[in-house]
Amino acid sequence: MEKLFSHPSSLRDVVTHYCPGCGHGIVHRLIAEVVDELEIREKVVAIAPVGCAVIAYDYWDFDCAEAAHGRAMAVATGIKRVRPETVVFTYQGDGDLAAIGTSETIHAANRGENITGIFVNNAVYGMTGGQMAPTTLIGQKTATTPHGREINLPGMHGYPLKISEMLAQLAAVRYVERVALFSPPEVNKAKKAIRLAFQNQIDNLGFSLIEVLSPCPTYWGMPPKKALDWTREVMAKEFTLGRIK
Amino acid sequence: MKEKKILITGNEAIGEGAIQAGCTFYAGYPITPQNELTAYMAKRMPQGKRIFIQAESEVAAINMVYGAATTGVRAMTSSSSPGVSLKQEGISYLAGAQLPAVIVNIMRGGPGLGNIAPSQSDYFQATKGGGHGDYRNIVLAPSSVQEAYDFMFLAFDLADKYRNPAVILGDGMLGQMMEPLIASHKSQVTSHKDKKKSWALTGCQGRKPNIIRSLLLGEGALEELNLTLQKKYQVIQKKEQLWEDLFLDDAGIILVAYGSMARIAKSIVRQLRKQRKKIGLIRPISLWPFPNKIFQGISAKLKKTKFLVIEMSYGQMVEDVRLAINGKFRVEFLGRAGGGIPAPQQIIRKINSMH
Amino acid sequence: MAKININRDKCKGCLICISFCPKGIIVLDENLNRKGIKPVKVKENEECLGCAMCAVMCPDCCIEVYK
Repeated sequence: MEKLFSHPSSLRDVVTHYCPGCGHGIVHRLIAEVVDELEIREKVVAIAPVGCAVIAYDYWDFDCAEAAHGRAMAVATGIKRVRPETVVFTYQGDGDLAAIGTSETIHAANRGENITGIFVNNAVYGMTGGQMAPTTLIGQKTATTPHGREINLPGMHGYPLKISEMLAQLAAVRYVERVALFSPPEVNKAKKAIRLAFQNQIDNLGFSLIEVLSPCPTYWGMPPKKALDWTREVMAKEFTLGRIK
Repeated sequence: MKEKKILITGNEAIGEGAIQAGCTFYAGYPITPQNELTAYMAKRMPQGKRIFIQAESEVAAINMVYGAATTGVRAMTSSSSPGVSLKQEGISYLAGAQLPAVIVNIMRGGPGLGNIAPSQSDYFQATKGGGHGDYRNIVLAPSSVQEAYDFMFLAFDLADKYRNPAVILGDGMLGQMMEPLIASHKSQVTSHKDKKKSWALTGCQGRKPNIIRSLLLGEGALEELNLTLQKKYQVIQKKEQLWEDLFLDDAGIILVAYGSMARIAKSIVRQLRKQRKKIGLIRPISLWPFPNKIFQGISAKLKKTKFLVIEMSYGQMVEDVRLAINGKFRVEFLGRAGGGIPAPQQIIRKINSMH
Repeated sequence: MAKININRDKCKGCLICISFCPKGIIVLDENLNRKGIKPVKVKENEECLGCAMCAVMCPDCCIEVYK
């Protein structure tokens, strides 16, 4: 019998610290698979975020830098500009990329930096205990929106921020796609998108961003399968899947 | 080697010095009074495949420098006081990840938005760390356009040697003034052992992956990093103290000043010496490590010697002078900031009152 | 002819694979793994289609598929 599926060689064979059913594990694997398939392991430099994925470098088997919270796109800019032969990607959560790092994200995209952004949107701050994220849905309860995210006073928390759509407006941005992980076909689509985002960089085509709707069973207070279903039934209604640019 | 004399501002001299020292990455954001440096880099860096980026903020600029530094190239940023406050996060990360980089602060008046007049009010910020955590920057204070140029070589060398951020602490006066400069085209002086920077992120071809990090969650791991840093700081304190001194042998009053302020102090010392007054000068060049050695070496025979620390601040370096002297001599202070500069007559009056 | 191998010590017991197996051949293992978690196990490998849906959905890369 032939081995049809096992873990990619760019992913270390270790147990991650992620909660059961967390989407990070799938996204980590997809990136590692793409890195293996494109044979770029020895050229890759990853930027880990501040958030649950901060120690992603313990799981990937390639060069990796940590960045301050939100600054991954600026760090990636510095690396890619002086080492254009490397393949640089950031791995960021919603708080990192779309709240504290909004400025770095928009401006790296607007300059058309030839980098790849992997944006894991799980609508919540995971590492700090499930607070409201810029992508938290209206009505979603979090540690800091105990009555649910509300548009009006007294909460006045604002609307879920659609940063992918915002970035797609920018002339220098090459490619933006939103994908999800709720079924095997969706995971395969996610991988295809991630692969294209890396290929664009290899082909010097400029800035690509893949937003992945990813489950956080722990802070959504749901069993893992239900959390996956929630990304399909609720999240994907607010954050439309597919190619945005 | 042919040496050419040119007339240039301090800001531009810093830029040219950096380039000659092998700086290949610069990111900055406009702020007065260091704009000439950013403009100079915009013009000069792209000649020769160096990278210049006008960042969207000082925060982005320092993090771009952090990124470039992770790959092992010589990288720098520059700003002025309010902008350098914004960079403190990134500087702490550079220190924690042990990355070499050079940060130039052409100080202006504070606190807050302050004004654009020369000032020395960021001494604490530069020398005591500035951001969060137990760390130190190497801090060099040029007092002439020539030194502004020369110290860029030293700053990059020390940063590389110790894998530590190095700060050039100047002020608006130094940045804006024009002086003749002998721009000797010294090649990069790299005295450190790890010239290849084996820790750098370049893609893991032929080696195990490198990781640049400052997060250490394992039991005892962060304490271990801190102990490594402290050990490194002890070596720097022992080996890298720099200062200039004048007429200390018989001085009854020793002026202590750095940077632009030291030029005024020096001219006063020369003036009063002509009047046979027993006056001397210590000019700290490395503000961290602070040149404790010269203060501790002042002969006990000069028991009645007094010190006068002069700063364009309301008393920052004076604290380090007092620590170095440790009560052995009397230390007085004269300072003005927020646009005021201690004037020669004011200083002389103060000196006369100390006799 | 296909089969899967489950690394029971890496398994965190999220049970996502169980929901996606079209043949229902993955079940909860009542015996704890080294982490003290009830992992999943294969009930009857003979039924395995080798579709790899379980492996694609596994967040922890615990499943190998052979065909």
